[in-house]
Amino acid sequence: MSAQTSVLFDAPGPKARRNILISNAIALAVVLVVVILVLMQLDRQDQLAPDKWVNALNGNAWANYYLPGLQFTLQSSGIAVVTALVFGLVFGFLRLAPFAIIRGISGVIVEFFRAVPVLVMMFFLYFFFSRVVAPTGLIASADAAYYGVIVGLTVYNGAVIAELVRSGVKSLPKGQREAAAAVGMTGNQSLRLVEVPQALTAMLPSLLSQFVVILKDSALGYLIGFYELLQYSRQLGSGYSNILQTLVVAALIFIVINFILTWLATKLAGTLSSRTGGDTAPATSTTMVSTIEVAK
Amino acid sequence: MRKKLLSTAAIAASAALVLSACSPSSTEEGGESGGSETAAGGETVRIGIKFDQPGLGFREGNSDPTGFDVDVAKYVAGELGYTEDQIEWVQTPSANRENALEGGEVDMIFATYSITDERAQRVGFAGPYFVAGQDLLVRADDSEITGPEDLEGKNLCSVTGSTSAQKIKDEFASGVNLVEQGGYAECVTYLESGQVDAVTTDDIILAGLAATPENSGKFTVVGNPFTVERYGVGIPKGDEQCQAINDAITKMKDEGAWEKALTANTEGTGYTPDDELNSGPEAEMESCEA
Amino acid sequence: MNGFLELFADYDIFGAFWMNIRLTLLAAVGSFVLGTVLAIFRISPVGSLRGIGTAYVNTIRNTPLTIIMVLGVLAVWGQLKIEFFQDFDLNFFTYAVIALSLYHASFVCEAIRSGVNTVPLGQAEAARAIGLSFLPAARLVVLPQALRGAVTPLGNTLIALTKNTTVAAAASVAEASGLMKSMIEFNPDLMIYIFLTIAIGFCIIVIPMGILTTWLSDKLAVAR
Repeated sequence: MSAQTSVLFDAPGPKARRNILISNAIALAVVLVVVILVLMQLDRQDQLAPDKWVNALNGNAWANYYLPGLQFTLQSSGIAVVTALVFGLVFGFLRLAPFAIIRGISGVIVEFFRAVPVLVMMFFLYFFFSRVVAPTGLIASADAAYYGVIVGLTVYNGAVIAELVRSGVKSLPKGQREAAAAVGMTGNQSLRLVEVPQALTAMLPSLLSQFVVILKDSALGYLIGFYELLQYSRQLGSGYSNILQTLVVAALIFIVINFILTWLATKLAGTLSSRTGGDTAPATSTTMVSTIEVAK
Repeated sequence: MRKKLLSTAAIAASAALVLSACSPSSTEEGGESGGSETAAGGETVRIGIKFDQPGLGFREGNSDPTGFDVDVAKYVAGELGYTEDQIEWVQTPSANRENALEGGEVDMIFATYSITDERAQRVGFAGPYFVAGQDLLVRADDSEITGPEDLEGKNLCSVTGSTSAQKIKDEFASGVNLVEQGGYAECVTYLESGQVDAVTTDDIILAGLAATPENSGKFTVVGNPFTVERYGVGIPKGDEQCQAINDAITKMKDEGAWEKALTANTEGTGYTPDDELNSGPEAEMESCEA
Repeated sequence: MNGFLELFADYDIFGAFWMNIRLTLLAAVGSFVLGTVLAIFRISPVGSLRGIGTAYVNTIRNTPLTIIMVLGVLAVWGQLKIEFFQDFDLNFFTYAVIALSLYHASFVCEAIRSGVNTVPLGQAEAARAIGLSFLPAARLVVLPQALRGAVTPLGNTLIALTKNTTVAAAASVAEASGLMKSMIEFNPDLMIYIFLTIAIGFCIIVIPMGILTTWLSDKLAVAR
């Protein structure tokens, strides 16, 4: 990064270097002062009491709360990734279908699911599963929130992926389709065997980032009573009057997992761009800063 | 294309299988051994409780649950002929109680379950085993607030979607500052730090919150209940065990075990259940004639 | 359908949506300002500022908004006792705006950085050649072009922000998703109609934003 950012400013001379050093020190001091003030206030409120943190970090907390919570967070988002991908591929295909009416209907469905907030979707699905589906005996009513989260994440992220597939195919060079036609493929075959696979490869980093989005959004399940990481942390905090501490631990767990996933996405983007000749990521050599756009 | 569609369908089907195989309800204890089939093998009784309500129903992992609801449930189950090993505890959050009974996922519910006409249309009730009332929890050193009328201009905390806070606003103190949170545990931290002056819900729930070792001595229940909440035992509509449950509760009260369980679970909060409510007409058992 | 129209009389649906719109507008301004500052931090010559910018973006972007919202009220209001207004409704509204601004600022920052990528190197070199130092070069040459190139990701962030205002329900703010929840709780028979009402309300707000974004990004694109 340093080699690229230096384009924006001249190499600092002795005076500038001194100024930079001073501003570094000031910035550090400001950060430190804020941290100390916050810690002092927390201490006044008795929130740094050792037993509050011990109870939020001991074996009981991990075995009975964080790990079971994490299991359901990962499980619901893992399933949602797969189902969203299926949903996205199906609707991505339908949006490229040769019949205008199919393209239109699937377009309306995709746009609808993209526009409705995930939380609104989840609230509705939760009531739908617990009041309409559970009485039929198809699912246990205790699982209504679980299915609400999975289906809510699936339709929203599926719609996003459908859009990625469509735009991915549209952005391919025309020659690909023409070449497929030249070797005698039908439009459908060309789409399925030539265009979508290329679009998918280019999409892989975005898909991994989408997993981060799904993982984060699964925390919305907390608001519909789904027992995931956040809910379990709340429950632990209710028992030991340390809800602040347990939620901080939950936040850290989320950050670490998502950080790893984001890092993998960046890595993957690098590998893919070197394999496909720079089509999948911003060509870093001609830009000022390197970024990986994380889809929301 | 057809082959592709078939394999897509296969993926979807197997996903659905995974989905239901590890759903939260099926991974709970006893689920995998088919314990829910009451007729097969050792007969069990599935009792719905709260898992996150200290003092009433609280459970960590697979350990023994604790609380007043749990103690009453154990006693009643014992009277019905079940040993403690035969009880299968099921978590039933407030929003889920009617559904769990209607769907046959639990046999009885002891989970701060107020008897209301609306609920009685969907499920049956035995009991009540306790008569609670909406009350206020305040800091132990606060002598200013003695009832809901004193909340004018004060800060009050309650949980999202609960009617208790709205009641105070409508009937007692229209100028109350109200914050709604995900659970009572949040409210208690604000009460401790001084950001709110009172927390409101049923008195025994407040007492349970105040009785945890970490909170002991910090808060008191005002003891001036202004509503009547009759906690019943939720059972499927028309369940024939209704009368037996009523008898068990009466026996528990007569024997003194009821009183003992109540004191043990609300120690150190200065809370005594409202005698008038718990021996008066409000404590009269529900009729079991369906 | 019976009783559906009465719902509009019983519940303040428009008021709830107006709350979401106000949250969106204020948080949009807040996150844009903070995001731009962060973007300048991240491309600045000062190492500590770059570090702060990077750490902020990487942490916030990887934290669920729900946690930021809940912890904001629980820790900052509950324990640090920072109070903006005596009135709770106004106070928690402010908290929700700040939480939304802090969260989306990290996406605005990344959007602007991706916009910086669309500015050719020659522009920055030319700015330096005429003697502009970092801040003037960024303010006068690089950022104006970068913002025009960042219209699409900025528009997407605005759309995400609009939808994420529903999470303010976790901070005791009465907005549309919370209203929908209590409406369904008390009128379960009308569940589908209630959901469609709220969902279409969001479509009406969000879909034009998407169209506007596409139109603007075409109109504002820098011809090269």
